[in-house]
Amino acid sequence: MSNYIESMGQFWGPLMVLGQIGLFTLVLLLSIAFLLLLDRKVWAGVMMRKGPNVVGPFGLLQSFADFGKFLLKEIVIPAGANKFVFLFAPILTCTLAFAAWSAIPVAPGTVSGTSWVISNLNVGILYLFAISSLGVYGIIMGGWASNSKYPFLGALRSAAQMVSYEVSIGFVIITVILMVGSMNLTDIVNNQDGGFWYWHVFSFQNFPLIVVMVPMFVIFFVSALAETNRPPFDLPEAESELVAGYQVEYGSTPYLLFMLGEYLNIVLMCAMMTILFLGGWHGPVALGDDFVRDHPFLTSFSGLFWFMFKTFFFFFLFAMVKAIVPRYRYDQLMRLGWKIFLPTSLVAVLVVGGYVAYMGVQS
Amino acid sequence: MALIAFYLMAAVTLVSALMVIMARNPVHSVLWLILAFFSAAGLFVLIGAEFIAMLLVVVYVGAVAVLFLFVVMMLDVDFVELKDGTLKYWPFAMLVGIVFAAEIVMASVFGVQSLPDSFDAAPGADTNAEAIGQVMYTEYMLLFQLAGIVLLVAMIGAIVLTLRHRPHVKRQNIAKQTSRRRGDAYELKDPKPGQGI
Repeated sequence: MSNYIESMGQFWGPLMVLGQIGLFTLVLLLSIAFLLLLDRKVWAGVMMRKGPNVVGPFGLLQSFADFGKFLLKEIVIPAGANKFVFLFAPILTCTLAFAAWSAIPVAPGTVSGTSWVISNLNVGILYLFAISSLGVYGIIMGGWASNSKYPFLGALRSAAQMVSYEVSIGFVIITVILMVGSMNLTDIVNNQDGGFWYWHVFSFQNFPLIVVMVPMFVIFFVSALAETNRPPFDLPEAESELVAGYQVEYGSTPYLLFMLGEYLNIVLMCAMMTILFLGGWHGPVALGDDFVRDHPFLTSFSGLFWFMFKTFFFFFLFAMVKAIVPRYRYDQLMRLGWKIFLPTSLVAVLVVGGYVAYMGVQS
Repeated sequence: MALIAFYLMAAVTLVSALMVIMARNPVHSVLWLILAFFSAAGLFVLIGAEFIAMLLVVVYVGAVAVLFLFVVMMLDVDFVELKDGTLKYWPFAMLVGIVFAAEIVMASVFGVQSLPDSFDAAPGADTNAEAIGQVMYTEYMLLFQLAGIVLLVAMIGAIVLTLRHRPHVKRQNIAKQTSRRRGDAYELKDPKPGQGI
């Protein structure tokens, strides 16, 4: 299922791609609605509150009620704001967050070696890195166009923070690319076939590297928190100092788009962790060649289940971190990024590179 | 199909490049520049050089232009006032323009006129990234290292120029801070009623 136009012709190929995009969008939006509820429920549970429990059974429809409220409110554009940039910033954030999902392989294809993905890019991991590095524009543009002090300060903080942590995320990604020898996300996932000990975080096939890959996984997790402006690194919107950072002047639908983009980016980072380190759609125990050959569709769906399970598990971890870790101070954040993560990941790239060059990589 | 995409992206690149120098607001200029980079990356994808395209987006759009935007937003310069004096530089501007135009004309007359139909974006390898890697670290090793040294020198230069040792600044010693224990910070006393400490 890699190239639809080649396999299905000029007419059905594009239609198939459009259908896939529609399906991905629908599933993502529905997941976000319930993940938002999960986020709030986990946060409430840690604080021994009940959380949202009024709309629908157990508050299950809370997100939909919020959605309606955001849509129906009036859009307020502050005086002196740069109107076009002000409205363009949230649209950009949301569009980029959706665009990144076009390269994420979510399940194995029914033919061996392929995957269920909208676009099977050769440089898939670079594409994800590029799109997530563009996410900073929505925030800077929104903060600047608001023509107000707090949003501007929040935007500047966030720009510095995201650029800093991108560097260490880049190095962590390089260690994985070195082990796989490919930038194709499907290849990266297929390299981890055979059981949970083959996942890159344990990397059984190159077992001495476990001492490198476990810290790299931790660095990626913490950098992902900083990259998506999640607590404890939510300094761009630190409410005790900056009210709400770059979002101060936003309300109604533009705010909804910002929030949607932010949560989509968080789920994207969870999916990237799953793909890069925890085997993507591979379950903890291999299914066996006979089973895969006899039941291709069942294999595909079990792959989808494991992928979603792991992604949502990481989202749960993100929510727990938000609930129990106090916010960092800004200089501590910069110190962690530049003085600890950057040297550590740089050394890890050297170690993995040396291992691949002199010992040969087993995949 | 590819031809339509090419003309669309080429037009967007040209128009946004023009808008970079036409826009009155410097922040808008930088935003147009970003659009120009982005559609140029699209052109690279069209000829099959997806690795270069992604690098263009990661390096120029994701890092360089962010710093541009960062600086331009914080500058408090009235660009309309600044532009008043630019008219007296027109001979110099024209010279630069003529040199560039001549280079483009020479390249299009004597150089490659159009891409051959059998253009190979990844000669001698499966993907573009491999093809670049195969020549970059063998044939062009020296140039690659020199480029790295130039960047290192620029980085050190920037640090030397901006580093100031300010006395009387309180700095936190992280190791000391994290090794503090509860007993170091306070002690418990049990004063009798009517007595102080």
